[in-house]
Amino acid sequence: MRGSHILSAGAALLLATATAQAADTIKIGLIMPYSGIFADTSTQMDGGVKLYLQQHGDTVAGKKIEIIRRDAGGVAPDVAKRLAQELVVRDKVDILAGFVLTPNAMAASDVSAQASKPLVIMNAATSIITTKSPYSVRVSMTLPQVVTPLGEWAAKQGIKNVFTMVSDYGPGIDAEQAFQKAFKAANGEVLGSVRMPVNNPDFSPYVQKAKDSNAQSVFVFIPAGTQPAAIMKAFVDRGMTPDKVKILASGELTDDSALKNLDNSAVGVITAYHYDHSHKSALNETFVKDYRAANKGENPNLLAVGGYDGMHLIYEVIKKTGGKVDGASFIAAAKGMSWESPRGTIAIDPETRDIIQTMYIRRLESVNGKLQNVEFDKAERVKDPVKAAMSK
Amino acid sequence: MSIATPTQNPQSYLAAQERWRPVEIVFWLAALLPFVLFPDYLTLASQIAITGLFALSLDLILGYAGIVSLGHAAFFGIGAYTAGVLTKYGWGEPITGLLISAAVAALAGYLSSLVIARFRHLALIMITLGLGLLLHEIANSAHWLTGGSDGLQGMQVWPLLGMFKFDLYGYTAYTYSLIVLLIVFVMARRLIHSPFGLALRGIRENWTRMPAIGANRQAHIRKIYTIAAAMAGVAGALLAQTVGTVSLEAISFGRSADVLVMLVLGGAGRLYGGIVGAMIFMIARDQFSGIAPQYWYFWIGLLLIAVVMLLPNGVLGGLSALINRWRSRS
Amino acid sequence: MIAPIAGVLFDGIAYGMLLFLLSVGLSVTLGLMNFVNLAHCAFAMLGGYVTVTLMNSYGWPFFATLPVAFVAAGAASVVLERTLYRRLYRASDLDQVLLTIGIVFVSVAVAAYLYGTTVQPISVPDYLRGSISVLGVNLARYRLFLVLVAAVITVVLIYGVEHTRFGAQVRAAVDNQRMARGLGINVDWTFAVAFALGSGLAGLGGALAIEIVGLDPYFGFTYLIFVLIVVSVGGLGSIGGSLAAAILIGIADITGKYYLPDLGAFLIYLVMVGVLMWRPTGLFGRR
Repeated sequence: MRGSHILSAGAALLLATATAQAADTIKIGLIMPYSGIFADTSTQMDGGVKLYLQQHGDTVAGKKIEIIRRDAGGVAPDVAKRLAQELVVRDKVDILAGFVLTPNAMAASDVSAQASKPLVIMNAATSIITTKSPYSVRVSMTLPQVVTPLGEWAAKQGIKNVFTMVSDYGPGIDAEQAFQKAFKAANGEVLGSVRMPVNNPDFSPYVQKAKDSNAQSVFVFIPAGTQPAAIMKAFVDRGMTPDKVKILASGELTDDSALKNLDNSAVGVITAYHYDHSHKSALNETFVKDYRAANKGENPNLLAVGGYDGMHLIYEVIKKTGGKVDGASFIAAAKGMSWESPRGTIAIDPETRDIIQTMYIRRLESVNGKLQNVEFDKAERVKDPVKAAMSK
Repeated sequence: MSIATPTQNPQSYLAAQERWRPVEIVFWLAALLPFVLFPDYLTLASQIAITGLFALSLDLILGYAGIVSLGHAAFFGIGAYTAGVLTKYGWGEPITGLLISAAVAALAGYLSSLVIARFRHLALIMITLGLGLLLHEIANSAHWLTGGSDGLQGMQVWPLLGMFKFDLYGYTAYTYSLIVLLIVFVMARRLIHSPFGLALRGIRENWTRMPAIGANRQAHIRKIYTIAAAMAGVAGALLAQTVGTVSLEAISFGRSADVLVMLVLGGAGRLYGGIVGAMIFMIARDQFSGIAPQYWYFWIGLLLIAVVMLLPNGVLGGLSALINRWRSRS
Repeated sequence: MIAPIAGVLFDGIAYGMLLFLLSVGLSVTLGLMNFVNLAHCAFAMLGGYVTVTLMNSYGWPFFATLPVAFVAAGAASVVLERTLYRRLYRASDLDQVLLTIGIVFVSVAVAAYLYGTTVQPISVPDYLRGSISVLGVNLARYRLFLVLVAAVITVVLIYGVEHTRFGAQVRAAVDNQRMARGLGINVDWTFAVAFALGSGLAGLGGALAIEIVGLDPYFGFTYLIFVLIVVSVGGLGSIGGSLAAAILIGIADITGKYYLPDLGAFLIYLVMVGVLMWRPTGLFGRR
């Protein structure tokens, strides 16, 4: 109690001085799972945020940018909502941002709507999140946006049938349904499907099932983390290498941390994603170089680019509005905004406040002895198919 | 302050125990301080009150009846989802929602108590854990009802008493949680100081002898388990209503484990143990994670280790031992 | 028809072996010494990180790191046992829970601080990758290796507890501490060594587990539930029980997920609750 007393007394003092300079400072509250099993996502996302500040300075349009970081500690909408409330009422932040996990983003959206604060979603990927607050905007992706082009592409390549394997939770089910829908619409056949528990240490039975289905291809979605390497090893152990069975997946499967655990037997895995650190563009080369320098040689992934683009959006909006960051002005300025990101050209859909971007189809190849996702096809200006279907 | 002497009869012993002590009154008055001193910490205060209530419900079975549970979040989650689903399908009135959630959780508690009451030791812990995990998986697969891992969406909670909206500052949330906590606490306090409460402690202290003096051990355990489940359900419903959403985390192993840690930290078998434990744990976590979002686990871990080493039987247990030692010395 | 069943059974047994290696040490400390050591998997994590560090930073071969993982986890546990655990041998179970959970909290933060939050990469030797075919059944080499290691360790352990002087001292110390002291057995030392061995095995299990399940700072929490399930189903203090329980849980989990994927996540919990309702002290429990 005493600690918080001192802190709140300090905060009150700060607040007194802050109101004097309030006009010159814009505060951004970042809510992410800095601790717990999702901690690595925050390391990446915060890395992207820090890099943007490092490259572009902490002052924009005469306003000083101040970042306040809060730990949601995993899937915890009660904590996320409380932190959002506290950031708004106690720390007087102007913008809420971050959000790796869907339930947390949804809970904080309530606060954004109630307090008219802009909410920048840098990762959480369930389609409906952006409908919860009129002041929210997303710079990451939705899973249907990623896997729908993959399903269409697969059918176009003459792949006749597929076995789908997804993690049994919201994003996994989204991915399964979107992929199957796109694949069937192009006359592909789904031979079978499994949903695997999210906390699943051993994938051998599911891989065996996929093998026994004798499908030409398998589609996989599992969250990034310890699992991608584990499931890829299970495929290789069972002789289901990409030269025999087409392995199609959302890009989490061949995330950099998974690739470090794999060898050439995984070459040929086909993934769809919006970002990979090997993407060829001048902007991306600088981004990757600087990110590595700041993060012990780690490569940036989608979360880092999400944090980076989120900050870019915030900076550009501040420039455009001259520092007005109330919910309505922020969103009005963000709608339709388009810019060059390390992942290519992206834009904010003025109707849904969701992102429009290019989906790359990549093949895992060995480049100079290292596994790399090599882009060889793409679908441009992809919108979130779920909301596109809703508005029809 | 009266200390029981062998000659005292049980009625006057219980009556003496039940008398409110000054320190307790000070404690509850202090609970009003956040309104004045920390008005921008009210949401945290409200969540501490809710977690304290949850820890109190665990204390009834663990501290008083000796049932260690690693699956107590099952009832918290049932209460939370019941309250959430009610408001989603058109009944957003909070207080009746709370009562209905309590009833549903009590029913679940009674049903599981039929199993629980037959076991002890590690088997008991693991069966509560297993039932809790099974329920978690059921909630995950019942996507149509619970929203699965995306969380329950579309809750519409009506203003409290038709007048007070749940505001951003948490005034309504803390007032509501605190009043519910106080009411339930008073009920729990009476229960503990009743002959039934005494019988429970007897079961905890001597499992085999209690039936020998005529106490129906299993019936007692079923009863207290059902009551504790209802209380946990109330806590869950409060959280759902004040936050406006429910996620699988409400019913997870993590929540069961956290509440156990908080109760033991505060002192199991003491009415205030759960509330004090929740206060220490959540304030420490809030402060540590504000300073070091990535590494607060380190500091909270050290805190737990330090408490065990310096104050055995939890903060309250350790403190009262210290006070007793100091008294007997002077 | 036989081949897929045999293959799935084999995978189940191999997975069970992994669980066995991770949990047998806890069965020893919990059963023999009556100490609730929830930090057991933190020692497993330590073993994992030792292996990763030696391989990736110092270029050690995989096999050479395994004994070091064992020794490091054992040594770390002795330090904790001498400084913290021993003071709580007589304390309540709940205090022991609080202490060891505190240690897991600290271990999570320390691992995240030293190694970052990313999943640690590891590459086992080529001859442990891929699979071999025996009578049409596909057997993954690494899993075959796991089964082998677990078999050797089981034999050594059972022999050690049943037929060596040290094993006899441990059993004596557990059955009647005062009497054991009276006979001149150094009970403190015996417990410390037994504890170190149990934790060392966890370290070894952690090192061997990376290839199958990966390693991140949260390992100490993630596998705690699985380990507790194996220990309780097997029966406290029983090495054979742990082995049987680990195989049962492994097979139930893998075959369940293969044949009844909709029940996949439920099955091991159902098995655990079922076994404990039938035999509350576990399959091989004594009390």
